[in-house]
Amino acid sequence: MSDSTSNIISSILSGLGATVYATVGGVALTIVLAFVAGLAMLSPSRTVRVISRIYVEGFRGTSEVVQLFWLFFVLPALVGFKLVPLFAGIIVLGLNHGAYGAEIVRGAVQSVPRAQQEGAVALSLSPAQRMRRVILPQAVVEMLPPFNNLFIQLMKSTALLYFISAGEITEKGELLRPVYGSRLVLIYGVELLCYLAIAVVITFIMRTLERVLSRRLGRAMPTRQRAWARAGAPG
Amino acid sequence: MTWNWDYVWESIPLLLEGLLVTLELTVVGSLLAYVLGLVFALIRRARIPVLSQLMYLFIEVVRSTPLLIQVFIIFYLLWPALHITPSAFVTGVIALGIHYATYTAEVYRAGIEAVPKGQWEAATALSLPRQRVWTGVILPQAVPRVVPALGNYMISMFKETPLLISIGVLDVLNRAKEQGAETFQVLEPYTLAGILFLLISYPSSILVRRLERRVGQL
Repeated sequence: MSDSTSNIISSILSGLGATVYATVGGVALTIVLAFVAGLAMLSPSRTVRVISRIYVEGFRGTSEVVQLFWLFFVLPALVGFKLVPLFAGIIVLGLNHGAYGAEIVRGAVQSVPRAQQEGAVALSLSPAQRMRRVILPQAVVEMLPPFNNLFIQLMKSTALLYFISAGEITEKGELLRPVYGSRLVLIYGVELLCYLAIAVVITFIMRTLERVLSRRLGRAMPTRQRAWARAGAPG
Repeated sequence: MTWNWDYVWESIPLLLEGLLVTLELTVVGSLLAYVLGLVFALIRRARIPVLSQLMYLFIEVVRSTPLLIQVFIIFYLLWPALHITPSAFVTGVIALGIHYATYTAEVYRAGIEAVPKGQWEAATALSLPRQRVWTGVILPQAVPRVVPALGNYMISMFKETPLLISIGVLDVLNRAKEQGAETFQVLEPYTLAGILFLLISYPSSILVRRLERRVGQL
């Protein structure tokens, strides 16, 4: 391997850490926000429902790139301190995809047959117990495939952190471009492979989780068209 | 930093100019995605050795990797290799069109599969030529069902266009950035940019939801 080849590969791989951190951090925040906002949308309290609705529609309706610019360039001027780029990126990724995830959670909880809820009432479980022990275990299995799409979508969105110089893969590649103008195929090829690899890992984890959790419910794993990585568009 | 209304009114014309570019990108990009997506779906269905498999691989790679990198690949790698220099706008339309075609291909596939088998059999029984089967029987039934999904992808694309400022497209966000750089006041232009996105995408998504309900009754 020539010097420039190994230099290019190691430069891009040095951004892999930031991309993975952004993905994992974003996914963690997404899960928390999706459950909080998704369950809040089903709350008996009108105020709680309205607040969660505003969050969901607000973050789905404004562009993710604009949100990133706002948090990174406007907020510091308002509050007087700047966020670390990677941290700002994780917050935007989480807030944005959390809004999409909230709809997934709401839809999955609503798709649990009414009889399950009634059965839990008949067993005189408390509302919290009904949700935690009866509704959610069934709803979560339904959420996994759409969450798989959402997480791959989030992983792809980490490339946007290029705009705030968070040191992830895309930015590393663009820093190399002016220096190695004749090696662009290698630069972009390595970048694409990195993202593909992460997508495959996400899909593998989600499919495994789906298999384990369906088995625990005594269901067979639904057969779906085989694909090594399934991504949908931001909803 | 306080909100300055005079500055807001000053910024609006320029932002609207940018919004027009964003909308043009979205509409042309979506049309390209709708046409290409159907082509992709038909190629995959045709089961042509090698070509159909390559199509599958292409779709999976494009939809699992960031649009931003695909924009860079087209702009910095593909155009020079072809010895042509299309504008940033054209590059944006093509990148958006190809990326979203990999989603719409899946939408068409599902739509085509949802056409009952009896329709195929009836068309065969009438010994319609292959082309008539598609244009006269299958697609007229498959396409209306997928219209809401296609509409949703247009809204998604609309919200993703600002990443094209990386190659210098003068859209809403870029106009906001321009304003901010000129006056050092970033609050108003970026906030307005976000509001403009919301003002268009929220009503559109309600419209698509209504369409979904109507198609659901088909």
